[in-house]
Amino acid sequence: MNKQPATARKLGLLSCHDCHLLVDQPHPQAHSSCPRCGAPLHLRKPNSLHRTWALVCAAIILYIPANVLPITITSALGTRQADTILSGVIYFMKSGSWEIAAVIFIASVFVPFAKLVILICILLSVHFRSAWRPKDRTVLYRITEMVGRWSMVDIYVVTILVALVKLGAIATIEAGPAAVYFAAVVVITMFAAESFDPRLIWDVIEEDV
Amino acid sequence: MAFFPILQILCSTAEDRRPLPLPDDKAAAASGGTGRQIVVACPDCDLLNRLPEGVDANLVCARCGAVLRKHRTNSIDRSLALTLAALILFIVSNSFPFLAMKSGGFIQETTLLTGVHELWKQELYGLSSLVLLTCVLVPLAQITGLLYILAPLRWDAGPAPQAVRVFRLVQDVAPWGMMEVFMLGILVALVKLGKMATIIPGISVFSFGVLIFVMAAAFATLDPPLLWDRLDLRR
Repeated sequence: MNKQPATARKLGLLSCHDCHLLVDQPHPQAHSSCPRCGAPLHLRKPNSLHRTWALVCAAIILYIPANVLPITITSALGTRQADTILSGVIYFMKSGSWEIAAVIFIASVFVPFAKLVILICILLSVHFRSAWRPKDRTVLYRITEMVGRWSMVDIYVVTILVALVKLGAIATIEAGPAAVYFAAVVVITMFAAESFDPRLIWDVIEEDV
Repeated sequence: MAFFPILQILCSTAEDRRPLPLPDDKAAAASGGTGRQIVVACPDCDLLNRLPEGVDANLVCARCGAVLRKHRTNSIDRSLALTLAALILFIVSNSFPFLAMKSGGFIQETTLLTGVHELWKQELYGLSSLVLLTCVLVPLAQITGLLYILAPLRWDAGPAPQAVRVFRLVQDVAPWGMMEVFMLGILVALVKLGKMATIIPGISVFSFGVLIFVMAAAFATLDPPLLWDRLDLRR
């Protein structure tokens, strides 16, 4: 079968990561920079698979304390109450504001989890040189890259609550240890999505044809 | 015609069965020898796509559907105007209290930076820096960076010194500017506290709300291919 699409790599060209200028592929050892914007040139993002795997593993480990430990500690009139992310969601559901419960659940529980699952699936598919629906996998990657930022919403809620609720003896809210772990999960998964190069999905298919 | 082989490749579809001719001077061919780039590689799947002839045409990758070119009318003027508006709103948002909480006799006011300060006092330095970075420093860098790039271009001066580096920085930090996420956080916090106490939204909440849309519009009117062309280091 001679059905090869014309890609930049195939024609010995390389697209600058920053300004998308097409330039000749330099020698493998040369560290050259883009003539138009000065960015370092790479055919693909360097060490993409290794970096993404490492960051995904780190995020999985941190995901556990982020969900088990309390994210806020509320002290009101002598009583202390520690809330985890999920207990916060349940509190909102019970108190009738299910919209807020949905926002927090989607942003803090579902999105980070789905993001990790999708990244692992894409990584495995590249690893096993899968030719299965590359376009859909690319779209899935683009979505993962786009929605990750919204997980930060819980961190901001905690920040605002901490700033606003410090009414002396009546009530205070403190950030719990999970806030740090959760922020780390969000930041690390964002880096993981950024370090993956979606062109690898297509590369393995072209190499196998 | 040096770029003829590439034209041939691109006129044929991805499913074409002919073997690919490999031109000698590929990079020169890619720019058509005239400096105007005629093909572009998709950043998501590496497929070469031919740029449309007209200036007001859009281009979507034939293989994976990524948006490669989107036409923007009067891009530099519009982005500059919107970025200036964003700068004013940004200053307002950071100068006035954004929420006040009234409970019994207490009134507690907070500005954007109070939360950062409170987290710092609780010794959560990383978290505090993260919030400061994503809600204050990155948006500020984006706004000032864009002004620095766009203003000289608007008045036909040459590109500002290091403008290329600044634009790369503006693009690289973009995922870390999270003002719209912060706004959602404000809304959630409002509902959460609404039952405990009276919350009075301040001037900042409104200016912040507008700022998000103005920033989004400034980036939506921005035309990166045009800017890279104007800022080209080789000129």
